[in-house]
Amino acid sequence: MPKPEEAEQKRVAVEARSIVKAFGQGSNAIRALDNVSVAIRENEFFTLLGPSGCGKTTLLRLIAGFEYPTEGAILLYGDDIAGLPPFKRPVNTVFQSYALFPHLTVSENVAFGLEMLGRSKDEIKSRVAAMLKLVHMEELGNRRTDQISGGQAQRVALARALAPGPKVLLLDEPLSALDYKLRKEMQIELKRMQSETGITFIFVTHDQEEALTMSDRIAVMSKGRILQVGSPWDIYDKPADRFVADFIGETNFLTAAVVDIANSRATVRLSSGKEIPATVAEGMQPKHEATIVVRPEHARAVKKGGQLSGTVENVVYFGTDTHIHIRLEDGSPFTVRQQNARSEFCGFEIGDPAGIEIAADAAQVLRD
Amino acid sequence: MVRRRFEIRTQPGFAFLALVTFFMLYLPIAVLVVYAFNASDSITIWGGLSLHWFRVAWNNSAVQDAAWRSLIIAVFAATFATITATMAALATTRTPPYPGLTFKYAFINQPLMVPEIVTAVALLIVFSRVKVWTGYSGLGYLIAAHTAFCIPFAYLPIRARLESMDLTLERAAADLYATPWMAFKRITLPLLRPGIIAGFMLAFVISLDDVVITEFVKSGGQDTLPTYMLGQIRRTVTPEVNAIATAFLALSVILVTAFFFINRQKN
Repeated sequence: MPKPEEAEQKRVAVEARSIVKAFGQGSNAIRALDNVSVAIRENEFFTLLGPSGCGKTTLLRLIAGFEYPTEGAILLYGDDIAGLPPFKRPVNTVFQSYALFPHLTVSENVAFGLEMLGRSKDEIKSRVAAMLKLVHMEELGNRRTDQISGGQAQRVALARALAPGPKVLLLDEPLSALDYKLRKEMQIELKRMQSETGITFIFVTHDQEEALTMSDRIAVMSKGRILQVGSPWDIYDKPADRFVADFIGETNFLTAAVVDIANSRATVRLSSGKEIPATVAEGMQPKHEATIVVRPEHARAVKKGGQLSGTVENVVYFGTDTHIHIRLEDGSPFTVRQQNARSEFCGFEIGDPAGIEIAADAAQVLRD
Repeated sequence: MVRRRFEIRTQPGFAFLALVTFFMLYLPIAVLVVYAFNASDSITIWGGLSLHWFRVAWNNSAVQDAAWRSLIIAVFAATFATITATMAALATTRTPPYPGLTFKYAFINQPLMVPEIVTAVALLIVFSRVKVWTGYSGLGYLIAAHTAFCIPFAYLPIRARLESMDLTLERAAADLYATPWMAFKRITLPLLRPGIIAGFMLAFVISLDDVVITEFVKSGGQDTLPTYMLGQIRRTVTPEVNAIATAFLALSVILVTAFFFINRQKN
């Protein structure tokens, strides 16, 4: 993961500026994108993450040129491309359905973009061979597209989109049609291809795990807005608001009183009366009461002490770790995840009183 | 007790009714075909098996002339109709639905609904005027009239094909730097080809078969095969007509069978 200062120096490949995309007319119009701004850097594996209908695919289609923004600009290395048709944009797309041309062979599919760009026969031939090698499909160049498997079709779609050497590659949930094992393989493959080709990848997915494992940075979207942009670490550990915290991984929400706040650090008083230090999400307005989040693995259940206390409601064994569900004294639930060391039992049974020890710096104050 | 589902196939008398219907449909045609091979001069008295009347028809210059004209008209009309229908199908499917689109569908398919005799009379009146104004009385009128009523027949299979086609493919072509024309030429057209061929053949058969409009529109000496046959039947009927009809039937069967096979073909 690049350090923030390093990443900052990289050039911006794609920038969306105050994008509004409305479908429909007048008062019936639906805002698929509502004032979205984001800058995607060169060579970055950037993921648009969100539930279906959040606008992530619409944003991708605006960059590809299949839709035009109602308002705002899309810049590709500084040039506004928002008005250009797709065939004039040096970006290529891997479609969710792959969209391989059924009347062409695998090689012909990969060659299509190069042909349209008017490259020489020799160049096309060597480029197609190189692309098929990149996706490990050298042997299947003459196959028809209905004679290859789903995973292979996925590779051909990638090779086809990479062949013209786009400045940016757009990937629209390309792994969603694959089974679990193949998906895991392709995640690693995609990462490899991205670093081998040095092309900026913009990846759309609703799978938070996929986003966390593959991305350099993630933009979490909901209801046509970008809620937070950051590294997987930022997004997971420092969620800015409730949606982000909830959408990615499991988390505990607590209501706390803000005692002191300065320079993105705060001291909050928990319902138990104990005060703990916390980090503060960007854009948080100082206020008296706030929601804080603590990830289950950043807390420990203890017999005595801890900043919070309650009663064990359930103990669920997962092999590698154990989840202890605790009902706090103020009635809210709290889950603790503990790694199972050796073959030791976690030591808690249903009905036991338990204290919760929150790790230093584990609490984050949300924006809203 | 297991309650049996209502099934039309198992109703009493269903099989019988089906058989009768098929007999009514195909028996006259079977008789016509059999008598085409009749050696005698009568269409009702059997005089033994022979290809005599096929030979007579084949060597009849009037038949040759009419058959040739039928083919020319059908080729031109089907070609024009297919081109028009392809454009119409593209225009009506490659657009988000808008008010008035249904009206356009209806408009394109109107020739299917308007009674043929109405079209025929209307064309007769208009074309007779045009003939006087321009002095031209060639095959153009018949080709134009045939094109008009062939369009919906060519349109339907092409539109069906377009509707089942994945729009993402055209988008993918555009994404890979294909201009709209190149995307059409390299992707849409090849994938549309079975629909276009089917549409052409349907239009071709419909044109070959037409009597009513042709009868009204044609100038003197512009008989097509069907109008020639109609003329013959008014006079003495010989098995020659059976022979022509049989040959005609064979051609239609071949074309329609081919149509079904092409339509069934996957991508």
